[in-house]
Amino acid sequence: MAGVAVSTTINGDNVEYLCQPDETLLDVLRDRLGLTGSKEGCGTGDCGACSIILDDRLVCSCLVLGAEAEGRRVETIEGMAHGDTLHPLQQKFLEHAALQCGICTPGFLIAAKDLLAKNPDPTEEEIRFGLAGNLCRCTGYDKIVRAVQDAASAMKGA
Amino acid sequence: MNFDPRYSTRSFASVGTRPIRPDGVDKVTGRARYGADFNMAGQLVGRVLRSPHAHATIRKIDTSKAEKLAGVKAVITAADLPDLTDGDAAMYDILDNCMARKKALYDGHAVAAVAAVDARTARQALKLIEVDYEVLPHVVDVDEAMKHTAPLLNDAIFTEGLEEKPTRPSNITKRTQFGHGDIHEGFGQADFVVERSFKTEQTHQGYIEPHACVASVSSDGTADLWVCTQGHFVYRQHCAQLLGMEASKLRVTSSEIGGGFGGKTHVWAEPVALALSRKAGRPVKLVMTRDEVFRASGPTSATSIDVRIGARKDGTITAAEATLRYSCGPYAGMWAEIGAMTAFACYRLENVRTVGYEVLVNRPKTAAYRAPSAPMAAFAVESAVDELAKEIGMDPVEFRIRNAAQEGTRSSYGPVYGPIGIGPTLEAAKNHPHMKVPLGKNQGRGMACGFWFNFGGQTCTDLNIGMDGSVSLAVGTVDVGGSRASLSLVAAEELGIAYEQVKAVVADTSSLGYNDMTDGSRGTFSSSMATISAARNAIKILRERAAQMWDIPVDDVVWEKGHTIAKGEKYGNLAALSLREIAAASGKTGGPIAGHSELVADGAGVSFATHICDIEVDPETGATRVLRYTVVQDAGKAVHPTYVEGQYQGGAAQGIGWALNEEYIYGKDGRLQNPGFLDYRIPVCSDLPMIDTQILEIPNPNHPYGVRGVGETSIVPPLAAIANAVSNAAGVRMTHIPMSPPRILAAIVAERGG
Amino acid sequence: MVEVTLWGSLGAIAGGKSKVEIEAKDIRELFRKLAEQYPGFEPYIDRGIAVAIDGVIYRDTWSKELPQGAEIFLLPRLAGG
Repeated sequence: MAGVAVSTTINGDNVEYLCQPDETLLDVLRDRLGLTGSKEGCGTGDCGACSIILDDRLVCSCLVLGAEAEGRRVETIEGMAHGDTLHPLQQKFLEHAALQCGICTPGFLIAAKDLLAKNPDPTEEEIRFGLAGNLCRCTGYDKIVRAVQDAASAMKGA
Repeated sequence: MNFDPRYSTRSFASVGTRPIRPDGVDKVTGRARYGADFNMAGQLVGRVLRSPHAHATIRKIDTSKAEKLAGVKAVITAADLPDLTDGDAAMYDILDNCMARKKALYDGHAVAAVAAVDARTARQALKLIEVDYEVLPHVVDVDEAMKHTAPLLNDAIFTEGLEEKPTRPSNITKRTQFGHGDIHEGFGQADFVVERSFKTEQTHQGYIEPHACVASVSSDGTADLWVCTQGHFVYRQHCAQLLGMEASKLRVTSSEIGGGFGGKTHVWAEPVALALSRKAGRPVKLVMTRDEVFRASGPTSATSIDVRIGARKDGTITAAEATLRYSCGPYAGMWAEIGAMTAFACYRLENVRTVGYEVLVNRPKTAAYRAPSAPMAAFAVESAVDELAKEIGMDPVEFRIRNAAQEGTRSSYGPVYGPIGIGPTLEAAKNHPHMKVPLGKNQGRGMACGFWFNFGGQTCTDLNIGMDGSVSLAVGTVDVGGSRASLSLVAAEELGIAYEQVKAVVADTSSLGYNDMTDGSRGTFSSSMATISAARNAIKILRERAAQMWDIPVDDVVWEKGHTIAKGEKYGNLAALSLREIAAASGKTGGPIAGHSELVADGAGVSFATHICDIEVDPETGATRVLRYTVVQDAGKAVHPTYVEGQYQGGAAQGIGWALNEEYIYGKDGRLQNPGFLDYRIPVCSDLPMIDTQILEIPNPNHPYGVRGVGETSIVPPLAAIANAVSNAAGVRMTHIPMSPPRILAAIVAERGG
Repeated sequence: MVEVTLWGSLGAIAGGKSKVEIEAKDIRELFRKLAEQYPGFEPYIDRGIAVAIDGVIYRDTWSKELPQGAEIFLLPRLAGG
């Protein structure tokens, strides 16, 4: 199969790559661009471990083709911190021990960032439903919800 | 080396605090490298062909077309993994599970594998492999498999543990029995007897990270394996044995692990990846799909359990009995045996007997899942205990307190208990504010207890002190949920230095001595014991070096709060030497300073928990909602309390999923119908409430800080606690897990009489 | 001489006994003599037997001494999660 040439923006940088027409954006990120922070837990859009933001919209990158990123803006976990300054969500996840094994963490952080961008002051229920597309098997979600609540407070104060 | 592991009362400076974990920043920035995040130059993609049949003889496999496909570099079958197990039955089973030899024994059983230049070519190659199957009758249900008429999985298996030697083969591999006293006499003394049968369905550990590895075998016989595992040293042994390699020539590096819960304690894909790499002469990356994870790895047993418990009017249990049947998949296991040992472990019983049957079925090989086998046994026993309390007219907590095991009680599995926490967790539950929250319509409260042994085992740890006084701690147990933080705390505590001065890493198999599997909640218990021992050995050297620097006898040098102090008035003007100062001079006082420890961590403290939960049941649909959930558990000593809470909450959440929703569903054809997270639905954020935790600390007498394991016990009570809550809410006793809406609705309809 | 309590399945191999008396000073000697006296134990010993001494479970320590009068209990060696 002939490759597709794609020109896109990833975490603010212009990026060009060749990919196969049937190749997912997740595979492009991980295998072609070395951005392995997005994880594959299922490959069917059920676990959210590969969550990215595509033009201000939260998506599972395993359900997006690499070719579809043409001309669009992609945000991944690798772009969340500014230099060595962590995003408040990253900091609060650490402080609240909102991760155990950590495999779901990049997806949760991206989903939580998207949630707070659209709803800066969510209730517990809104957080729980907002993050219901991301699976975590270690924490029981308690500390994740608390970390997001705390981050929302910190971001309002900032 | 004389290391005294006994507990002594002490105050702590670092242990019990809640610092940020050392691997934290890498995990929130996406830098941490898990199984699938590693690549090697020239690496091929490995894929496995799996049986679509539950039970079939493999007549012939023709790989010639696949081998001719451009881009295919190796195709292997069982012929490429010859039997080198030399009569070791357990290893033979592992080998046969990695690659089916004569028969495919379950839907998803590996029959061949390919390595190709890319994933698309590998997938195409799988389609070109021709397997000639003779499909055989199959059986997936544990009770059905026990019948004489059931299809036999292995005609060489005769039930072990029967008084009379069986004359015909069976799917029951073993009968085991535990207990003491005389149950007939005990039931004779009972005023009330409850007798019930229960079933639980098969669940999966459900780790979010699929199994993944990169294998690279060189023509000189050395090899590297990068893999997500709970025990890289055990993987090395198993892979080396199955491939006929020397263990020391195979270096295994454990990646960050994206969840295991017992499911990453067994090799599946790793020997296959090594065999592919050996044949292709190039590195091979093999990552399971989620479908493969469900069909071919992990699951726990499905069970069928009968329980009978009798008690006097005053609430004293006089006799208890259980028969437990656990599915093992197609290979012998000891799952019912563990269930039989744990079933009544919470109680003080004069007369108790449990019998376990290990049953072969055409499902994937059963693997450990967090306190393996205990949750199902606890579900049956704790349901019957609740029902018995109700019949007697006693409060369920009071009834359990009255019969709880205590120090000096003979456990139902044999030995006499030392200091244990079942009584204190019950008292704490009784007094917990949760118990006083009023319930509304269609709501029910349930509680239940749970037990797990906890393990120790072989452990090796190195503690190296740098010239700048910082400390590198190399451990061989895998960090499954924050143990690098807790072990750094332990090293800081013992050395009397700051947590930030210690950096813990998980060492590969070539850098450290052998360590057992990170299972049985042993990570922090065992490795902290070895870390304490290593630190004490390092302190001995630090004192010797300080003695040299001061030119005084070492016996006059003591270690206190990270410094050496010269003891006695004659040294009044000698300022204490810090660890940094001693380390800085180490090049002149004898070279690098380190402490090592190799030990068998015995004496893991048994652990108990009591859980309380409130459930609302919709009587029209059978749907449930978890309103409140509280975990009370004995930790011995919580080294990093936040991560202990995390273990409690995580175990409870897994138990909630198991109790209410998760199950393997097989079609009539023996194929798994729901091998994906959409249809095998684990709890999501909106399914759960906050999970309240209370940590009790009843020190383990066999650990210097009193540590017990904490990881597993929390999954033991939820099945029963939720079943009791649902039964109270719905007004009908639930006996089949999971209590999915259709099952609850059917029970309600039946109770209404129609 | 120490008294060793067997779990149910092992007792069946020892002719229905739940306790056996063995002259052994440590776990290694105990296993050796058990295998001599009860050949049927060997597969169990190969598979792994844990020894509980006064309630503390030892899995791998051959050199562990068996104190006189201690409660000694044999258990199957377990797998965990």
